Amino acid sequence: MSIIVDGSTKLAVSGLTGREGSFHGLRNKAYGTDLVAGVTPGKGGQDVEGVPVFDTIKEAVTEAGANTSMIFVPARFAAPAINEAIESGVETVIAITEGIPVLDMLETYWKAKEAGVRLIGPNCPGVLSPGKANVGIIPAQFFDPGPIGVVSKSGTLTYQIGNELKQAGTGNSSIVGIGGDPIVGSDFIDILKLYEADPDTELIVMVGEIGGDAEERAAEFIAAEVSKPVVAYIAGFTAPPGKQMGHAGAIISGSSGTAQAKKDALEAKGVRVGESPTETAAIAAEMLRSL
Amino acid sequence: MDLLEYQGKQLFAKHGIAVPSGEVAATVDDAVAAAEKIGYPCAIKAQVLIGGRGKAGGIKIAQNADEAREHADAILGMDIVGPHGEGPFRVDQVWVEGGSDIAEEYYASVILDRGEKKLLAMVSAKGGMDIETVAAEDPDALVKRHIDPTQPFDTTAARGIVADAGLAEDALDAAAEVLVKLEEVAREEDANLIEVNPLIVTAGREVIALDAKVTIDGNSLFRHQDLAEIADTVDDPQEQMAKEKGLTYVKLDGNVGILANGAGLCMSTLDVVAQAGGKPANFLDAGGGSKAEAIVNALEVIKSDAKVSAILFNIFGGITRCDEIANGIVTASQQIGLELPLVVRLDGTNSEEGLEILAAADLPNLHQEKTMLDAARRVVELAGSAA
Repeated sequence: MSIIVDGSTKLAVSGLTGREGSFHGLRNKAYGTDLVAGVTPGKGGQDVEGVPVFDTIKEAVTEAGANTSMIFVPARFAAPAINEAIESGVETVIAITEGIPVLDMLETYWKAKEAGVRLIGPNCPGVLSPGKANVGIIPAQFFDPGPIGVVSKSGTLTYQIGNELKQAGTGNSSIVGIGGDPIVGSDFIDILKLYEADPDTELIVMVGEIGGDAEERAAEFIAAEVSKPVVAYIAGFTAPPGKQMGHAGAIISGSSGTAQAKKDALEAKGVRVGESPTETAAIAAEMLRSL
Repeated sequence: MDLLEYQGKQLFAKHGIAVPSGEVAATVDDAVAAAEKIGYPCAIKAQVLIGGRGKAGGIKIAQNADEAREHADAILGMDIVGPHGEGPFRVDQVWVEGGSDIAEEYYASVILDRGEKKLLAMVSAKGGMDIETVAAEDPDALVKRHIDPTQPFDTTAARGIVADAGLAEDALDAAAEVLVKLEEVAREEDANLIEVNPLIVTAGREVIALDAKVTIDGNSLFRHQDLAEIADTVDDPQEQMAKEKGLTYVKLDGNVGILANGAGLCMSTLDVVAQAGGKPANFLDAGGGSKAEAIVNALEVIKSDAKVSAILFNIFGGITRCDEIANGIVTASQQIGLELPLVVRLDGTNSEEGLEILAAADLPNLHQEKTMLDAARRVVELAGSAA
């Protein structure tokens, strides 16, 4: 098994007719993801390399059987597109778009909760279940199928760690990019829950960064609810307070949200934290061998 | 994006929150002229994006023109370091405002609670001091209440909060009104943090915001023209240059220039450089899908920082193609001249092609390393010997 996306995923891509949307949507299709529809208002009836385009996500659900929506529309139109997806009847919405105002996401977060729809992102690279399906922009060539579940706030850092795991001869059940925004649809805890329940996941790698308290909350959750071993990595030890480090959510506010506080919180609950991406992958590979 | 105090107060005034009248000044003469117009006593306040200005000597009261001159002269141009070591921040402007007759000092804020995914209102009768200290020493003195995202936040809800915080009975209605308006500022102006410390009650029982700390969501600026103009003014020359070139750059105080792709990988690169004993000069995320031109721009920004004595390129190509990056490095060395030692680690998509391009260009100052850790160690060594 794997989590969130797999062979049963039927994907509709909002923004499939755009440059980025078509590039990545078709890459996902080439990987083997069942891409059933594109969605662009006003372009219903067209197709993108044989993939039918609909005006609304609802039509993609009723006409093409979509159960997963990927959002690739520009930031200022993205929140309404996510809201549309939440109301369309899909089970999962994966929002790649970066730069959505956080108050828009606050509203959208509660809409998704109320509707019981799983929202991943925004400002995330998506979800890959190696050998099964890829929804988003994760370069699949660095990941082999295997027993390690990865959950991360960062894209390239995840590719780095995934590649090292691959070179260590292991692979992944799924890779979930939860996104680097202050408010994301699914936090570490939501994904840890899924990995805990997934029989194919034997070990979990969690990649966090400065800002907020999602890692601290995850540490509490791991201690209370996760029986599988977890290895963590935190980026941003050298980040100065008050400066946004690329991701909208990566900011130390006063004395809260530091990498050290996150590392301490995780270690206090018995989670091993790697010093570098390389060491993190090495710890994960070593722990896997001793399972 | 953080607003200066006076910019925050202007935003408050726009939403009907009472603030003292005042003027902003960038020279001593202008500050004195403003003080003369406003009358005495008046406050001369350093306009910097950091708390703890009072303790640092950045806020002074003037009783006459001589004092106004003396204080403005002392404050303009001073460097202020924040309570957590932030900065130093050079004072380029002062805000001159009329003195207030303070009877009580309270605290009020509305912030985005990322963990709970709600706005959080906080009120305390213990204003005028560091609120983290109040929260630590006397947690009951700080009333925290989440705002229900599905309900309008009205004066009834707000009155409950200010009453629980133990504000003076005769100030409750006005304080509740202010809290409602602060929430309105949060929503309508996309402010993720609004802090008023102190929120004062005057001898005449008026409730006035005596300070304003406001952070605007940078992602919302497309719908706030007035605030977007403020965002365009950046003090640091490298940060200004990066902004013009559309790069995500943060200036740090070391000598190892850093360029990586992706925010997480870039932060991680700074960390491993520090672990190797080096001091990063900057954060620069070249972004996903970086093209040669972006690399040239990035190198120009890094190189313009005179402190930089060596540069590290840490690229893990996903969508980004390493051959594009390599072309960018070669182009940059031709266009802008690169005498500084350059350590390059290319891995991921098209890394072999990238490495071939670099080998063919045969740049004398370029050092290749296979792993992130080796590259960090190498650049620290080179930065040290070059300094």
